Amino acid sequence: MGDLRLDANWVDYLLVVVYFAVVLLIGAAARRRVSDSLDFFLSGRSLPAWVTGLAFISANLGAVEIIGMSANGAQYGMPTMHYFWVGAVPAMLFLGVVMMPFYYGSKVRSVPEFMRRRFGTGAHLVNAVSFAVAQVLIAGINLFLLASIVEALLGWPLWLSLIVAAAVVLSYITLGGLSAAIYNEVLQFFVIVAALTPLTLIGLHRVGGVGGLIDKVRESGNGEQLTSWPGTELSTFDSPVWSVIGIVFGLGFVLSFGYWTTNFVEVQRAMATKSMSAARATPIIGSFPKMFVPFVVVVPGIIAGVLVPEISKLKQGQESGLDYNDSMLGLIRDVLPNGLLGVAIAGLLAAFMAGMAANISAFNTVFSYDLWQQYVKKDRPDGYYLAVGRWATVGATVVAIGTALIASGYSNLMDYLQTLFGFFNAPLFATFILGMFWKRMTATAGWTGLVSGTLAAVVVAVLSEDALGAASTGALPLSGQGASFVAASAAFVVDILVSVAVTTVTRPKPVHELAGLVYSETPREQRTDPDAHRLPWYQSPTKLAGISLVMVVVLNVIFR
Amino acid sequence: MSTPARQPSGRQHAAGAFDVRNVIAGLIGFYGVVLVLVGLFGESAADREKTGDVHANLWSGLVMVVVALAFFLWTRLRPIVVEPTHEPGEGTDDGSA
Repeated sequence: MGDLRLDANWVDYLLVVVYFAVVLLIGAAARRRVSDSLDFFLSGRSLPAWVTGLAFISANLGAVEIIGMSANGAQYGMPTMHYFWVGAVPAMLFLGVVMMPFYYGSKVRSVPEFMRRRFGTGAHLVNAVSFAVAQVLIAGINLFLLASIVEALLGWPLWLSLIVAAAVVLSYITLGGLSAAIYNEVLQFFVIVAALTPLTLIGLHRVGGVGGLIDKVRESGNGEQLTSWPGTELSTFDSPVWSVIGIVFGLGFVLSFGYWTTNFVEVQRAMATKSMSAARATPIIGSFPKMFVPFVVVVPGIIAGVLVPEISKLKQGQESGLDYNDSMLGLIRDVLPNGLLGVAIAGLLAAFMAGMAANISAFNTVFSYDLWQQYVKKDRPDGYYLAVGRWATVGATVVAIGTALIASGYSNLMDYLQTLFGFFNAPLFATFILGMFWKRMTATAGWTGLVSGTLAAVVVAVLSEDALGAASTGALPLSGQGASFVAASAAFVVDILVSVAVTTVTRPKPVHELAGLVYSETPREQRTDPDAHRLPWYQSPTKLAGISLVMVVVLNVIFR
Repeated sequence: MSTPARQPSGRQHAAGAFDVRNVIAGLIGFYGVVLVLVGLFGESAADREKTGDVHANLWSGLVMVVVALAFFLWTRLRPIVVEPTHEPGEGTDDGSA
């Protein structure tokens, strides 16, 4: 994080300390209600949809999103909006409208468990193990960013910040399980909005309003960064037509559907609701705040590009003490007075902590239900798995500290690892969607499709110029985001081709085992909510999804 | 949040302090009050320079207090009733008994 220092005074510290006290109180309060393992892992399936909807996007609004997307905003400008309007909202709506009925209706406790019931243990192991490993490593990245903020703020050495931050996260998840994680995510959402909204408004005021910002970006010679399409700088494709295709198909379809519809960190929040309608509404309700998040994350990045001296130097191609990842913190340093500074620090710490907590709570569910119960110790009493879940949390936190220490030494390595995990996501969507709508698809096709799709993505990454750093050979003229769009698309296409080919030569599962898992074999009552027609429009998933879709199209047109 | 056909069974009670809306109201309200106080009594010349001469703390604080009051009112008007704990696998409304 460069050599950034924030001038916090005692008021700022007070606000931060109060936040942490509330977080620990929530953990303790949630503990009183944890009575069985379903309570601990899925909040007893009892939360209202607006809570899980906010938790749904909050779980994703971690360090990677806030630091990464404001950095992209500073570097590329408006095309960064695609990560939200093209790369998130449509997939979230699809999850709620099409896929959630299968996840919720089949009563599985995790996404890998759906995989096991549909395709058996081969695909299940691939999915559960890659997910569990990815979560622990990503938790480590969140923890590292969290600790580096504490370091910038308090001047504590990194190892001490790491242990203190990990201890706080650990205590509230082991105490309260998923309920505590979700409640904190909701709280974190409001704190981060309370911090970033004034930051954006004051920043805009300082540069002379929206008009002033536009003029200043033009003056600095980056006028093309004011329009979101065709985004050639982002996609790294020279041709505007291919850039649009790459963004719509690569980012908007393959990458984002792979991430949002199969990632258990997200889906777990919807599973914690009390009814099918609430489960379906979770990602759809989340899509409304999601489409406005970039205004307080990407726009501050753009402002930092013209207002923070070190960042605007970077944009002119000069050396400076900071890098793009410091855009958000640089702007906070330059425009927020003491007081609001404390809210901002609390909000950032909260976001990074919630990101890590989301990774860990999804990890402990998959570890206890999908790996331990399935492959190690079957048929133990419920309390046994609750204990396993608590120990898994402790273990994952310790491993995350290790990962964070590695990340502090080799920041590039962590980037490549994240790219690699992206490759596991891309073919997952292909396998899920084929499996949900094509009853003939066989168990062998399930795991062979996943493995070959992942391999296809890795091959493209190795042939590209820089997707895997020194491991990339440069045989294909692809780099940056463009390389990941193509890698993910290759994974998707290869997965479909292999799945179809293998299905034709292997034996399908008996039809009666597919109830609840495949569209044509699921009775209507099981995939719909019998009370659905009695719900008012603001609780009806499909109507809300329609409104959300219209709004995101309008946003794309306004900011084209 | 509303499940019209549900039978009132077992012990029910309002969520009270555990209702996340009260927690949000409490924390955001506290932040709001602190910011208003800082805005009124603790603003330095350096702060004014950072914000471009806007009373940032005061205004943000006031907005936060209003938001906190709104959440508090919402909780008052539409309290959540906590159901007794369900058996695992039960307690969904999708009709598949």
